[in-house]
Order: sequence, then C-alpha cells, then structure tokens
Amino acid sequence: MTGMFGVSIQGLSGQLLVGLLNGSFYAILSLGLAIIFGLLNIINFAHGAQYMMGAFLAWIGMTYLGVNYWWALLLSPLLVGSFGMLLERGMLKRLYKLDHLYGLLLTFGLALIIEGLFRYRFGISGESYPVTEQLAGGRNLGFMFLPKYRVWVVVASLAVCFGTWYVIERTKLGSYLRAGTENPALLQAFGINVPLMITLTYGYGVALAAFAGVLAAPIFNVNPVMGSNLIITVFAVVVVGGMGSIMGSIVTGLGLGLIEGIVKSGMIANLLSATFDSVPVAGSIVYPIKLLFSPEASAVTVFVIMAIVLLVRPAGLFGRER
Amino acid sequence: MGSGTEPAVSSISAFVPRFEYLRVTGLHAFYGESHILHGIDFTVNRGELVTLLGRNGAGRTTTLKAILGLVGKRTGSIMVNGREGIGLPTHKIAHLGIGYCPEERGIYASLSLEENLLLPPIVSSGGMSLEEIYEMFPQLAVRKNIQGSRLSGGEQQMLAMARILRTGATLLLLDEITEGLAPVIVQTLGRVIRGLKEKGLTIVMVEQNFRFAAPLADRHYVMEHGRIVEMVEKADLASRIDKLHEYLGV
Repeated sequence: MTGMFGVSIQGLSGQLLVGLLNGSFYAILSLGLAIIFGLLNIINFAHGAQYMMGAFLAWIGMTYLGVNYWWALLLSPLLVGSFGMLLERGMLKRLYKLDHLYGLLLTFGLALIIEGLFRYRFGISGESYPVTEQLAGGRNLGFMFLPKYRVWVVVASLAVCFGTWYVIERTKLGSYLRAGTENPALLQAFGINVPLMITLTYGYGVALAAFAGVLAAPIFNVNPVMGSNLIITVFAVVVVGGMGSIMGSIVTGLGLGLIEGIVKSGMIANLLSATFDSVPVAGSIVYPIKLLFSPEASAVTVFVIMAIVLLVRPAGLFGRER
Repeated sequence: MGSGTEPAVSSISAFVPRFEYLRVTGLHAFYGESHILHGIDFTVNRGELVTLLGRNGAGRTTTLKAILGLVGKRTGSIMVNGREGIGLPTHKIAHLGIGYCPEERGIYASLSLEENLLLPPIVSSGGMSLEEIYEMFPQLAVRKNIQGSRLSGGEQQMLAMARILRTGATLLLLDEITEGLAPVIVQTLGRVIRGLKEKGLTIVMVEQNFRFAAPLADRHYVMEHGRIVEMVEKADLASRIDKLHEYLGV
C-alpha cells in the first residue's frame, strides 16, 4: 500500500500517534487551566512551571529517594497541588476582585521565579527519566511500532480528562463547582464554604499539571524550561477551545494535537499541491497557505488555527460570549 | 433597645420573650466607600411574617444581604435564634437556619432544575423532601431535567422558593418574589407563603407589591435612606394606610 496523498501509512500513523500524544498533554493541561479560570477567574500562567515541577519531583524522587514511577505519579501531583493551594491562600486570594490581568501577571511572575530556581539548581541541560519496566518496549503492528509507554500516556490522560469531566458535569460535587463558577456569592449564602472550594479547585488544577509532568518525564527531557515551551501552545489551545469550557478544552486539545500530527506528516501540503499546483493562478494564491501547513511549519499550526478561530469566533469554539 | 454588653445580654435573655427569632440591632452596611445602612433595628418573632417596605434604594435588599454577610462590610448585631451572626463568614450564616431567595432569583443556568433544587445544603432538620416539594410545585416535577437557563420566569421563581424549603431553613429572607410574574403565579406564591406561615416558619419579605404583601404580613417596617422610619402592625394598617402611601410614594 502506498498510503494517502504521497504519505506512507507508516509515516502517517507515526505522526498521528505523536499527534495523539501531544494532544493528550494539551488536553490535560488546558483542562486544568479551564477549571482554574472558571472558578478563580485567574489565567494561571504558572501552569507550565507547575507541570515542570511535577516532572522534576518525579525525577528527584527517583534519583535521591528511590521513589518509583507509580508512586511518583501519585505523590508528585499531591505535593505540587499542595504547593498550589499555599500559593492560592497566600497570594491569588487577594486578586479575585481585580481584573484578570493581575492574576495573569502574578502567576507569570511566579512561573519565572520557579523556573529560575530550578534552572539555578539543576542547570538547563536536563535530566533523563527512564521508562518504568512494566511499560518499556512496545509492539510491532506490522505497519508501525507502537511503544507501550506512549499508549499508556494517551490512555491515562484521557481517563483523567474524562473522569474530571464526569465529576464536574454529572455529580453533586460538580454542581457546586459549576454553581461557584456562575455565582459564588449566592452559593456561599446557601452555606457552601466557597473559599475552601476555590483553594481545593486550584490545587486540583495544579495537580493535573503535575500529573501531566510526571507522564511527560520519560518521554521528554526533564528540564526547567519544559513547561514554558509547552504552555504557550497550550494557551493557544485554550483560546481555540474557549476559556473555561471543560469538554471544549479536552476535545480541542486532542483535536489540535491530531491536526498538528497530520500537518507534520505532510499530508495537507501534498493535498494542496495535488489540487492546486496544476491550476496557474490558484497555485500561487494557495502557495502561502501551503507553506503554513507544510511539515516544517507544524509548530505554528496551532497558532494559525488560533488566529482563524479568533477572527471567526472570538469566544472560541466551545466558549460562550461573556 | 437591649444592645448592652455581652454579659448583660445573656442575663437579660431569660426575660426576653422566647419567640423572638431575629433581632437586628444597630446594623450598618457598606459597599466599598458607600455607607448604605445607617443603624437598622428590628425584630421578627418566631412564625411571624414581616415585610420591609420602601422606595427603590431605601436599603431593603441591602438589609437582607447584610444579614447574610453579602455586603462589603457590616457592623452591629444580628441575632438569629439566640446566636450572633455578625462575625460569621457567609457560609456559616446559612447554617444558623436561614434560607435566601435573591431578587434576581439566582437560578444557575448551567445546572438542571433538579440540580438547582438539590444545590443548597441542608441547614437544619425538618426540611421538605424532594417528593413533598414536587407535590407542592407539580410544574417543577415535569421539568426537572431542564437546564436552568431554559426555565420561564415563573418556573424560576417557584424553583428559587422550593430550593430553600428543602434545606430546613426556619428563617426565610425573600426578596421581591412576585416581581415581573403573571397574576396566576403570584396567587400560587401567596398560597405557598400562607402554607409556610402555618408551618411556623419565620419570614422577612422585601416586597414592592403591597397588595400581595398586606394580607400576608403581621407587621410592616418602612425604610428610608438606609434607616427604619416606621413600624405598622397589621391591625393598624387601615388607619395608617395614607401615611404608608406617603412613604412609598404611591
């Protein structure tokens, strides 16, 4: 089989897997941002740093204390989440009555400080975290090699994402969270401890970031800037999905990861070539679009889509106009 | 009024009639820089229905909000069933046994009708069960899975009332519950309120619709510029009606 539009089936499925993997990280990180924004009205710019802390705690635990991967997957989010709750109680709490911008600036500053401290202590070159034995290796499917660990990451992130969605949309606890997002003052007048709920919610959002960090540790290099590299793309995902929408952030994260993978495979550029290159004028008009969707430009795909979505639907695909 | 020091109040309490359920003393409330309530004093006895009357901006809604701690800052004393509420955070005040129905109704758009109904936590025993509530408001039972955003104004008001009856609250603060509703729904609400009075609930009502409030209420407090300026007993209503109209500007 020769594949589709000049892309081998091996190439395409490989890129789709990478896309799904990236999409899982986008989904879980933008989900955390969405939950935090919904209730706290704060754009958590420290999310990338908290993701990095999750990965680093796993590495530190393994290197100095012999904590294995599975324990790290549990403990690291708990610790980083608790750290988040302290931040909320000590700092963020004071900003709720102010504009979004203040929260964004504060968390941005925090991100820089946290990143700087890790850079100072661990340097920039990064550390490697081995794949745990149980998930090492993979399976040859004939047309591609499927690494076990990557499958695990996709399954684990999706399970956490949809589990979180279920709790928020379908349970009593979730109804408090949704109500708190809409009208926290009245919820508190009914007798719900809203300040505590806000602290726990921030802690959970931060823990999600740290969980993603631990998942990422064996795949990417564990280094102090791993978060800031990723978080810019995640913010673009959030803008596309619509700030504050739970299902929107999950679907958009996965979708954009996959689209990125497809672009990387070269399929879109080839498709555009096949359709328009023979047409004299159209070919040159389409040329810049082809460049934007060429495999080399796959890193900007998300941002191109973000720009288009902002023009057409400023509130995002799943967002409601405020 | 008996706004003495702490020990004095507790030693006096034996002489205070047992049925006094809400006592607001010297209540001041502020939103940021603006001073809205200037020392409110009033009492509501157990099982009594009292209205706060007055023009828009007189401070009636703020009085309810100040009782719940929903204003910027408040001072004074708010005794609910013998317990002081002024120093408590908002979420603990509800647990003194207060149910609140806000002017804008406060139905959560992203929650279904039943989720809205089940949202407020139980604050004391003796609340109505879900079945009893659906019996009282049959039209809510049919629509229980509908999103809050898709309910009609009347349904929203029924829901806002029903929601606090489930919690076992014994003191209800109701803000403009008849506002913008069709006469037939106002009649239904009148029946509901009468039923609640018979059950012995204590009710403070802010109401623009005097014709709705007059036959239900035991007493009326008239507010002006953040103060209580007049108290009218039900029995004196006929003789004082002209004065009352003067206050309300009708």
